[in-house]
Amino acid sequence: MCNITSSLVELQAKADWVRRETLLIHKKAPETRIASSLSCVEIFTVLFYGGIIRCRPDDPSWEDRDRLIISKGHGSVCFYPILADLGYFTRSELDRVCMPGSFLGGIPDPIIPGFETVNGSLGHGLGVGCGVALGLKAKHKKNKVFVLMGDGELYEGAVWEAIMFAGEHSLGNLTLIIDDNKICLLDFCEKIINLNPLDNKFSAFRWKVASVDGHDISRLCQVLEERKNDSGDMPNVIIANTIKGKGVPRLEGDPLNHIKTLSPEEIDQLIQKMS
Amino acid sequence: MITQSSITMRDAFIQSVYTRMATDDRIFFLCADFGSPKLDDLRRDYKDRFINVGIAEQNLINVSTGLALEGFTVYAYAIASFITMRAYEQIRVNLSLLGQLKPLNINLVGVGAGVSYDVSGPSHHCLEDLAIMRLLPNMEVFSPADWCMSEVLADYSAREAKPKYFRLDGKPLPPIYDTIPNIDVGQGFAVLVQPSDICLIGTGYMTHQALKIANRLAAIGKQVGVIDVFRLKPFNASTFVQSISCCQRIVTLEEGFIGNGGLDCVVSGALAEQGLKPEMIRIGFKDKFCFQIGNREQLHELAGMGEGAILKAILVSKA
Repeated sequence: MCNITSSLVELQAKADWVRRETLLIHKKAPETRIASSLSCVEIFTVLFYGGIIRCRPDDPSWEDRDRLIISKGHGSVCFYPILADLGYFTRSELDRVCMPGSFLGGIPDPIIPGFETVNGSLGHGLGVGCGVALGLKAKHKKNKVFVLMGDGELYEGAVWEAIMFAGEHSLGNLTLIIDDNKICLLDFCEKIINLNPLDNKFSAFRWKVASVDGHDISRLCQVLEERKNDSGDMPNVIIANTIKGKGVPRLEGDPLNHIKTLSPEEIDQLIQKMS
Repeated sequence: MITQSSITMRDAFIQSVYTRMATDDRIFFLCADFGSPKLDDLRRDYKDRFINVGIAEQNLINVSTGLALEGFTVYAYAIASFITMRAYEQIRVNLSLLGQLKPLNINLVGVGAGVSYDVSGPSHHCLEDLAIMRLLPNMEVFSPADWCMSEVLADYSAREAKPKYFRLDGKPLPPIYDTIPNIDVGQGFAVLVQPSDICLIGTGYMTHQALKIANRLAAIGKQVGVIDVFRLKPFNASTFVQSISCCQRIVTLEEGFIGNGGLDCVVSGALAEQGLKPEMIRIGFKDKFCFQIGNREQLHELAGMGEGAILKAILVSKA
């Protein structure tokens, strides 16, 4: 069973490695959405190396696994190196992202071991996660359901249908993590429709809310651990305050970074600096 | 078996699911704030496995998907035009796409086929569903003509772990299949009157119209066949075409837009595939919504698909 717990120093080193690997994937597969994937590196790292998610890489459909529904499919390429590292597939697959014959595409699909649902179209993950959480409760299972969603997905009406549903149906086994990187495809979210204050909206729908710096390994560990052990009947939301394009100065703060690609030379320089 | 002579398809379907829920605790029934008399029993007796998600068809589909991923058999119940069109993308992503990779027993049960909600107007008329649902890979599409078939399909729905759509009529219709033993769901159609040189091919309510018209033609000495297509996808083209290979004229009848992927296209596609070219008369709605107020019969008249118009089309046909 994969339920690794590492020291904070080790976790930070792992996150740095994931960031570098994600950049290296982008170098070979510039079709990947690099800025979106860099904002949730620490979230994935803590989920899988911080002892939060229970899983079995040799048996991805293991009944007692915790369920992770990745709603922001395009922005989860940073999960590829983690899956390879944990043994879901061989590391050599990382060299073939977006190449003919590879199962690792620009936007991940459930043909990839470790991905549960189809995630390319935004705003579906939370509703599906509600159904999974309901199903686990009906089976009297203790497994947890985590849903990772981008803040931009909050513009989808179906997300709010699910937010209402989870609160009403006391889905305490459900934790939504919002990768609140504040940038959509064309602009800053606050310039499109300002979603703030987000915490009050969730509280009003009977969710337990936590806000956290989404790049602070220590705080992420703490809050995810708390939520994992929470046996209450309110659904949890963790609003992870993140930076889209984190670690790449040219991308950070650029409202159009969603569609920006990095040149191979740029990536080599970045990795050199990071190392 | 329910014994009433004229009950609704939805009550027959729900009664069957209700009976099964007593012995199968892996069934969930979800609705988008939509009912039926039989549903009152179900939601009273299975409170823990009945959920009204509210007027929220998108979430209806998404929550159903999550439950199905956990191995439950799920019924998602709503008005036909809303469950198919309001939530089409959810159906595409979570039933059609995901259903190609994982076994998902999700049964979309839509009520209000065609213009069965006659006076409610075009928002409630459902004329596109057969075409758009048929378009989706990994989706089975059913259109029963009576409550007996609806009951048979409910039984089938529990057995087959695939995404399915059931298009049920909003009104009670007289039984057709009450005297037909051993209905073969896999065949997807039933020959109700043996085809001659002419065959009327209907689905849902229009199968009743086809039978009426066949009777009227029989009264003037003209024998025509009648086939009911109750499953539009998958469609058993070769067997179907064999059963109408003697026909020079085929008349399709549907409460749907014609020439756009519904029953007529299923039939013409099957004929073309098998290299047959009988004359085809397509009866249905012609690329226009119906804002006029009227009962079903009047709406058919307005759309040029009343009984008289159909008879005329058949009798003055060039063949």
